[in-house]
Amino acid sequence: MFKRTSAAVPAVSLAVLTALAAAGCGDTGDDESSGGGGSKTLTVFAAASLTETFTALGKTFESAHPGVKVRFNFGGSDSLAQGITQGAPADVFASASPATMKTVTDAGDADGTPQVFTRNRLVIAVPPKNSGKVAKLADLSRSGLKVVLCAPKVPCGAAAKKALAAANVKVEPASEESDVKAVLTKVSLDEADAGLVYRTDAKAAAGKVKAIEFPESAKAVNDYPIVEVKKAPQDALAKQFIQLVLGAQGRAVLTGAGFEAP
Amino acid sequence: MSRSGRPPWFLLLPALAGLAFLVLPLAGLLARAPWSTLGTRLGQGQVLEALRLSLLSATVSTGVCLLLGVPLAWVLARASFPGLRLVRALVTVPLVLPPVVGGVALLLALGRRGLVGEWLDSAFGITLPFTTAAVVLAETFVAMPFLVISVEGALRAADLRYEEAAATLGAGRWTIFRRVTLPLVAPGVAAGAVLCWARALGEFGATITFAGNFPGRTQTMPLAVYLALQDDPQAAIVLSLVLLAVSVAVLAALRDRWVET
Amino acid sequence: MKGLDARLVVRRAAFELDLALAAAPGEVVALLGPNGAGKSTALRALAGLVAMPDGHIRLDGTDLRPLPAERRGVGMVFQDYLLFPHLSVLENVAFGPRCQNAGRRAARRRAAQWLERVGLAEYASARPRALSGGQAQRVALARALAVEPGLLLLDEPLAALDAHTRLEIRAALRRHLAGFEGAAVLVTHDPLDAMVLADRIVVVEDGRLVQEGTPAEVARRPRTDYVARLVGLNLYRGKAEGGTVVIGGTEGEHALDTVDSLSGEVFLAFAPSSVALYRTRPDGSPRNLWRARVAAVERHGDRVRVRLSGPPFDAVADITPASVAELDLSEGSTIWAAVKATETHVYPA
Repeated sequence: MFKRTSAAVPAVSLAVLTALAAAGCGDTGDDESSGGGGSKTLTVFAAASLTETFTALGKTFESAHPGVKVRFNFGGSDSLAQGITQGAPADVFASASPATMKTVTDAGDADGTPQVFTRNRLVIAVPPKNSGKVAKLADLSRSGLKVVLCAPKVPCGAAAKKALAAANVKVEPASEESDVKAVLTKVSLDEADAGLVYRTDAKAAAGKVKAIEFPESAKAVNDYPIVEVKKAPQDALAKQFIQLVLGAQGRAVLTGAGFEAP
Repeated sequence: MSRSGRPPWFLLLPALAGLAFLVLPLAGLLARAPWSTLGTRLGQGQVLEALRLSLLSATVSTGVCLLLGVPLAWVLARASFPGLRLVRALVTVPLVLPPVVGGVALLLALGRRGLVGEWLDSAFGITLPFTTAAVVLAETFVAMPFLVISVEGALRAADLRYEEAAATLGAGRWTIFRRVTLPLVAPGVAAGAVLCWARALGEFGATITFAGNFPGRTQTMPLAVYLALQDDPQAAIVLSLVLLAVSVAVLAALRDRWVET
Repeated sequence: MKGLDARLVVRRAAFELDLALAAAPGEVVALLGPNGAGKSTALRALAGLVAMPDGHIRLDGTDLRPLPAERRGVGMVFQDYLLFPHLSVLENVAFGPRCQNAGRRAARRRAAQWLERVGLAEYASARPRALSGGQAQRVALARALAVEPGLLLLDEPLAALDAHTRLEIRAALRRHLAGFEGAAVLVTHDPLDAMVLADRIVVVEDGRLVQEGTPAEVARRPRTDYVARLVGLNLYRGKAEGGTVVIGGTEGEHALDTVDSLSGEVFLAFAPSSVALYRTRPDGSPRNLWRARVAAVERHGDRVRVRLSGPPFDAVADITPASVAELDLSEGSTIWAAVKATETHVYPA
């Protein structure tokens, strides 16, 4: 009877569910932690674009802190922020946009001031054959060219909008995708001739898409802030993890993946 | 009447629990709805645009499902050929396939560089992705199994002897199908069409993957809800409520008129 | 040749039907036989609902066998009538004429006439589920006749009715069949239906014709145990010689006196009511007399049916309830049974 709401209702409760799922993992995922002593679990909520780099940093952290397990909850920054403001038990929050971070600090759920630990900028992603012959940002306004962008509501879309406005390039997109991965899917399948994605995403999809740098991307650089969550169950570990991300090791991993130093 | 009217506790308790489970999320939506600003939010052009597109595409897709699904159900229920079981299993694939995967599959088949899509492009200059037609196709892909299964069940339950009676009265196969078989399974077809329409209306994953998201062209209500959720959860609630109200109204009207008589 | 002339051949895994069947225009032929004998299969073969690998179906000289059901011009009344539940009574009857390309209005007019004829004009707009069994049967008949078929088939047309309405409906059906000008084939397992409705009875057992004749002939001269049981006669097969018939009993042969003078292979029949029972050996006129064991005592209408088992042979006797008390009959007891020679009926096998 209520089948028709299957997209709408779960979508609304998505944030809560992911938060609960993460909490559930933290509680039951590790048998030893339930004993009270022994190992500890650090829970990190991080933007989806940090999946590869943070997973690597998590391993580094675990080997430096024996008995500590790092659990990640990767997702859209907005749903993660919603999870935190609704009480999901996270220790660290790493967001892909200052605006999203602001919802957490405004709700009083951040411990201290968020620090920008890395930055990301846009590139033009084109199919390997580049049959649309795209070379610069202005080419995206060519009629007949199928361009996909992120929706203005999601961070990559906001960044694209900003960059296009700064360059005074008008683009009539074929689609406003819900996230970067969706843009990459369409470009890599050659359904779209070009898309604007983060440099890190293009790098991760190397081989399937070609990345074209453009100077106007400097106008829409994305800052990634990180903060300890106020009610962090693992206060000390949270601080140490943030130090690792901000330190030289963190920087090396991040720049290796295509991020820029702040 | 008195015996059948009062359900025994061992059915009533789980029934109530089941109902509560279905209704609770709805209550959540209603409780969190920004009632004070509802009017102004609804007035925004994009809401009506998405709603119009949703209703249109779900209805057209239901039509396509009927046109293709009823004959398919007939074949599954009546024909016998090697591989019938495999075909029956294939029909249910969209039910178990994650809709996003379904969307990718549609791109690979009907996209600009897809198996059939490439030919459509070169021969007719038709490219489907990012069009309203793609929305309809995506919805049809995920919704058709509901219709096929429902109609196939009805066809299996139907008494074949009515068709024999019609044949002795001089009816050819088309007349039998149109004037006897179809009316006899009409409740099953109606129930299937309603399910199909509801599924199409709520379709998200395959649509956003295959058709993309562009207001007025491919952005249906579920897509609008999902994107609203990114920056304005309250707007998402309003959109969900609109979708809910419209679909409940339509389904209730159809149910009274078709399914129960 | 006018009318129906058919040889029906249908083969199934463990069953074969091979039946020659003819019916003149205006004649009603009843296919009578036990369950599973192939009667309904024969009817379905005539209608084109089962494929015939062999044989022929000629109706007024044209072979129907290669034609699909919808082009045979055969009307059929099904066992539970199969009125289309989604159509009104009138639309049900108009269905056939519509399929014959009559216009909607002409078809309805024809349907209305047929409903009038079966006395159901006022039910034209009713749904079939609102009809009684007898009414539904009449609508089914009207629907079948409305296509003006050359051959009318009726599959157990009275089986779905209760005993109370059956009598009346049977009489009405008889009138309608009498008014039908084509050949009609009726399937029944009820001998009374066959006797009342048919001009000729064809008895089918195990896919084969075993006896054929007018109802009177079949009733008087059954040729199989099945028919004998149906018409309620004791039947034996034997050899006649000079007024005596030697039948094969349960243990060896037994001679019965008759008044016929046939010789050779014969059937011998006598009615259960002609069997007299005695506690002690009766004296007097020469009759067929034997000692029998009572196998069962059953109520049978206003009479009591006594099943006698051999030796010398099995038989059935009908007596009054008063006699039962007088004779002090009980299952397993032994009594004397007698049949007068004049009560037996002998005919060639």
